[in-house]
Amino acid sequence: MSREKTQAELEAQFQAKIDAEEKIEPKDWMPEKYRLNVLRQMSQHAHSEVIGMQPEGNWITRAPTLHRKCVLLAKVQDEGGHGLYLYSAAETLGTSREEMNEALHSGRAKYASIFNYPAITWADMGAIGWLVDGAAIVNQVSLQRTSYGPYSRGMVRICKEESFHQRQGYHIMMVLMRGSDAQKQMAQDALNRFWWPSMMMFGPHDAESAHSAQSMKWKIKRQSNDELRQKFVDQSVAQAEEIGLVIPDPDLKWNEERGHYDFGEIDWEEFNQVISGNGPCNRQRLAHHVKAEEEGEWVRDAMAAYETKKRQRSAKAAA
Amino acid sequence: MSKEMIKQYAIRLGDDAVVQGHRLSEWCSNGPFLEEDLALTNVALDFIGRARMFYSYAAEIDGGDFTEDSYAYQRDCREFTNLLIHELPTGDFAFSMARQYLMDEFGLAFMECLESSSDETLSAIAAKAVKESRYHLRRSRDWMLRLGDGTEESHNRLQKAVDDLWGYTAEIFELDELEQGLANEGIAVDTTALKSNWETAVAAVLGEATIDVPQGDWSIRGGRQGMHTEHLGHMLSNLQFMQRAYPGQEW
Repeated sequence: MSREKTQAELEAQFQAKIDAEEKIEPKDWMPEKYRLNVLRQMSQHAHSEVIGMQPEGNWITRAPTLHRKCVLLAKVQDEGGHGLYLYSAAETLGTSREEMNEALHSGRAKYASIFNYPAITWADMGAIGWLVDGAAIVNQVSLQRTSYGPYSRGMVRICKEESFHQRQGYHIMMVLMRGSDAQKQMAQDALNRFWWPSMMMFGPHDAESAHSAQSMKWKIKRQSNDELRQKFVDQSVAQAEEIGLVIPDPDLKWNEERGHYDFGEIDWEEFNQVISGNGPCNRQRLAHHVKAEEEGEWVRDAMAAYETKKRQRSAKAAA
Repeated sequence: MSKEMIKQYAIRLGDDAVVQGHRLSEWCSNGPFLEEDLALTNVALDFIGRARMFYSYAAEIDGGDFTEDSYAYQRDCREFTNLLIHELPTGDFAFSMARQYLMDEFGLAFMECLESSSDETLSAIAAKAVKESRYHLRRSRDWMLRLGDGTEESHNRLQKAVDDLWGYTAEIFELDELEQGLANEGIAVDTTALKSNWETAVAAVLGEATIDVPQGDWSIRGGRQGMHTEHLGHMLSNLQFMQRAYPGQEW
C-alpha cells in the first residue's frame, strides 16, 4: 500500500502533466489556486458572452434591414449559447451558475471591459463584430490549447462561430464604407470609439499583469497579453486599409526590423477606471442583468412549483 | 384571381410575422433565465424569417423596385395590416407567453391549411412554417401549464394576461372581402373554419392550466384594415429608424 502523496509531490506530478501537454480534467487532482484561476477566467469569459448580449441586443429592433436583423439576432443568440456552454464547463470546477451570477452582481466577478462602452450607432454593430469579436478570436484561438480540458474543448467549438461573427461585423463596415458620406463617417466614428477599448481587451502589459506568470506556467494562458495584442494589431491594420478606414493611432507604423506594427500607448487610466466599475456603461450593464434576473424570479418560482406539483401527482398516482 | 390580391394577402401575413417577431425580439437579454432568453430569440428569428419570405413573394408579384425591406421599413401605420394582437406591447412574461400560446394554437392550424393552398409559393412557405409552429406551440403550451398551475402569483398574472388579450382574438377568425375571395379560390385560409377547433383546444389547455376562459363579449378589430392601436406607431418608429433617418442606402 502506498503512502499518501505529499502536497509537493502532487503538485510536481500536476506540473509534469501540464509540461507534457496533457489536459487537466475535472476529476483530476489540481492545486486550489489552479482551480480558482481557471474558474475566474472561465466565469469572466461566460459573463462576457452574456453581458455582451446587451450592446448588440440594443440594436436588434432597429437593425436597418430584415436580413441584418436576422443575422444580428442569430449572433446574439450564439453569444448567449456560448455563455451557457462556458457556465456548464465552469461548473465542472465545483461552482454553480447561481454562485457565478451572484459574484457578477456583487462585483467580485468581472466581464470584458469592452462591453462597458455604449453601442450608439448602427456602425457600432460593425465595429463590435469586427474588432471585439476579432480580438476575442485572437485570444480564444490561443486558448484552444489551454490546459484545462473542458475549457479547451469549449474554445474549439466557440471559435468556429466567432469567425462567422467577425465576418458579419467586417461586412457591415465594408458596406458602410461603400455607401454615402454619412455612412462612411458613421463607420469611421465607430472605429474611433472602439479601437482603443478593443486594444484594452488583452489586459495590462505582461509586466503588470497580476495573473500572467502563474497562468503561463500552468498553461492556462498560452500567449502573453502583449503578444496577443500585437497579433490583433497586425491583422487589423490590413483589414482597415482594405476598406478605407483609418485606425485612430498616430503612432501606428510598420516596423521592418520587428516584422510587426508599432503602436501607441493605451490610456491605462481609462482602462483602470473601466475595470474598476467606472466606465460609461458599467452600472447600466449590471443593473440590466440584475433587473432581468429579478423580474424573472416569479417565472422561475412558477416553474419549480409546477414541477413539484407534477412530481407529487405522479407519486400519488403510482401509490 | 388577381395577383394583386395574392400580393396583398402575402403582405398581411408578412406584417403579422414581422410584428410578432419584433415583440419577441424585445426579450433579448431580458428573459427570466438564459435558456429561455435564447428560446425566445430563436422563435423571434423564425418569425422574422417568415416575414422575409412573405414580403419577398409580395415584392416578386409586384415586379417593381419593391424588396422585402420596402414593406417592413417604408410603410406607415395605416398601411400595416397585421392583426392587432401582435402589436400589443411585450408586457410581462405571462402576457408574452399567453399571446404566444393563443397565436401558436392558431398559427399551427393556419399554416397546416395554408400548406394546401393552390398558390405554390404560399404553400411552400407554409410547409416550412408548419415545422416551426409545432415547436412553438409545444413550448408556449408548456408555459401555460407552468404559469397557470405554478404559484399564486404566476396564476394571477397569467389569468390577467389571458383576460387582457381575449378581446383581440375575435378578428383572427374574420374574413374581409379580399380573404374571402382568395379563400373561395383555395388560395387563402378560411380562418372562420378554424375557430371552433381553436376554441376547444384553448379551453382544454386553459382548463389544465387552471385558468378561466374569459367570458364577456368585448372585441377590438381593425388590423387588416389598418386601424391600429397606438402601440404600432412606436414600434415602427423603432423598427424603421435607420431607413427613415438614412433613406435609400445599402446596409
